[in-house]
Amino acid sequence: MLNVVSAELRKLRRPTLFLGTMAAVVFFSGLFSALLFLLIDSPQGNSDRGQVVGREVLGLATGGVQGFASTGGFLGIIALCVFAAQTAQEYTYGTLRNLLIRQPGRLRILIGKLIAMKIFAFVMIVLAAIIGISTSVVLAPGAKVNTDLWFTSAGIEAIFTSFVNVTISVVGFGIIGMVLGLLLRSPISAISFGVLWLLIIENLLIAVKGSLQNWLPGAQLNAIASGGTLDLAYKNALTVGGIYVGIGAIVAAILFVRRDVSN
Amino acid sequence: MVSTAISVRDLSKKYDNRLAVSHINFEVPMGTVCGFVGPNGSGKTTTMRMLLGLITPTTGEGHILGEPINHPEKYLSRVGAMIEGPAFYPALSGHENLMVLAKLGGFPTERVQILLEKVGLGDRGKSKYKTYSLGMKQRLGIAAALLPEPKLLMLDEPTNGLDPEGIQEIRALLRDLANGGTTVFVSSHLLSELEIISDHIVMLRKGEIVFAGPIGELMAKQQPTIIAKSLDHSDLKKIVEIAQESGHHAVIRNDSVHILAAMDWAPELNKAAFNAGITLAQLAPQLPNLEETFFEMTGDK
Repeated sequence: MLNVVSAELRKLRRPTLFLGTMAAVVFFSGLFSALLFLLIDSPQGNSDRGQVVGREVLGLATGGVQGFASTGGFLGIIALCVFAAQTAQEYTYGTLRNLLIRQPGRLRILIGKLIAMKIFAFVMIVLAAIIGISTSVVLAPGAKVNTDLWFTSAGIEAIFTSFVNVTISVVGFGIIGMVLGLLLRSPISAISFGVLWLLIIENLLIAVKGSLQNWLPGAQLNAIASGGTLDLAYKNALTVGGIYVGIGAIVAAILFVRRDVSN
Repeated sequence: MVSTAISVRDLSKKYDNRLAVSHINFEVPMGTVCGFVGPNGSGKTTTMRMLLGLITPTTGEGHILGEPINHPEKYLSRVGAMIEGPAFYPALSGHENLMVLAKLGGFPTERVQILLEKVGLGDRGKSKYKTYSLGMKQRLGIAAALLPEPKLLMLDEPTNGLDPEGIQEIRALLRDLANGGTTVFVSSHLLSELEIISDHIVMLRKGEIVFAGPIGELMAKQQPTIIAKSLDHSDLKKIVEIAQESGHHAVIRNDSVHILAAMDWAPELNKAAFNAGITLAQLAPQLPNLEETFFEMTGDK
């Protein structure tokens, strides 16, 4: 298993992928947190979909991780793209046959790949947390936000909880990407389908029928990253999202193990 | 001690209603170079994929290095393979691509540079794979196949895209490996190449075995041919008639007559031609080569 993880990490650490992804993470997590404070008095809102997060909310123990938590969905989309591309490219490049000749344990390959990509996602999340929290600390005084509670024991607990929630959400998005990569066997198709569904189709469906929010996979994973929302309870999101990810993973694993490799 | 590197019995693969490989049987002895020949779509790659555990046979069984093919984990650490051309990650260098496979298989990473040198890519190992020529990609594929120091090497069209010098190098490499005890199972459409290096031949056509055995046995089955040329081109038809009168099949090809007959009939032909007033410019035996034998046996030409 360690051999598979180590081989997969070699592919993931190539500069164009690793540095490119991390640069995007730095930029967007900095931006998301910065907008919270820079647009704090904006009538158009300073958060997701025009929501207003005021000084009193940002001054709570959870205020320091507000920006980082709101980056969760975006990190999830990145994870979905990376996991989908890394999985599907084995089919398009024809490299899967090399992998299976060198490591015939198909489930081992799949789990090894997943572990390596989780490590990649973990680095991404740690970086996003550092940038998001640092940006908040730097910009809070200028926005007249009180940071006294941010690093109390409750604040540290909020950081930890938020980190765990974002990690669960990002890994969930990543596994969905991996499942799409295995099913569609083409990076472009897998990423297009995943992104289109999560960013456009789900939002349209929810706009048409609000109660669908309780059942659509992207909404569940986004809610997990935020620790639950007013409309979607954390526990419900965790259960429904977990079912989606679990079923998808089982179907993909069975297909990967049993399917002929003829390309 | 297992004496056969590959043994296959009643092996078939069916896709929907099409039988890609139909109940084939053959054996490849240890330490030999075995050529695997057949026209495009004859089932060579499908057979190789079944032997490597990439696809599941519909019927039949096979053994690689004594282990059943439904347990590829038992033999693949001793098998090197390049199937359907080289396949690597374009954004990684040749060296990194081999490192990925070395790590995956748990092979010593020091072998990577040694193998790059061995296939003539020592100075291009750090270049990205996407910048390689077809010949270089092919060499990298062969290097990858050699990573496990294989007991059995399975190569699908390894000389594709190589220049004549490269083909000669690969031929020498495969021969060296066989001399060192590695069994080489190689498919190629360059039959003249296989004829030079192979001890055994497995011939496939439309998913069925046409011949499987030592190459000498195959050639011995073929009738020798006499090539006759006359000074005057218009006499070629008369030579055909003389041959046919003696019960030999003869055809005109280009500027000579090809007669299916043993060489000891040549003096008789010479005498008959002389009596008919024909001056022969050439009278020589020609043993059929693998290509001609292949076409004759598969009836493809």
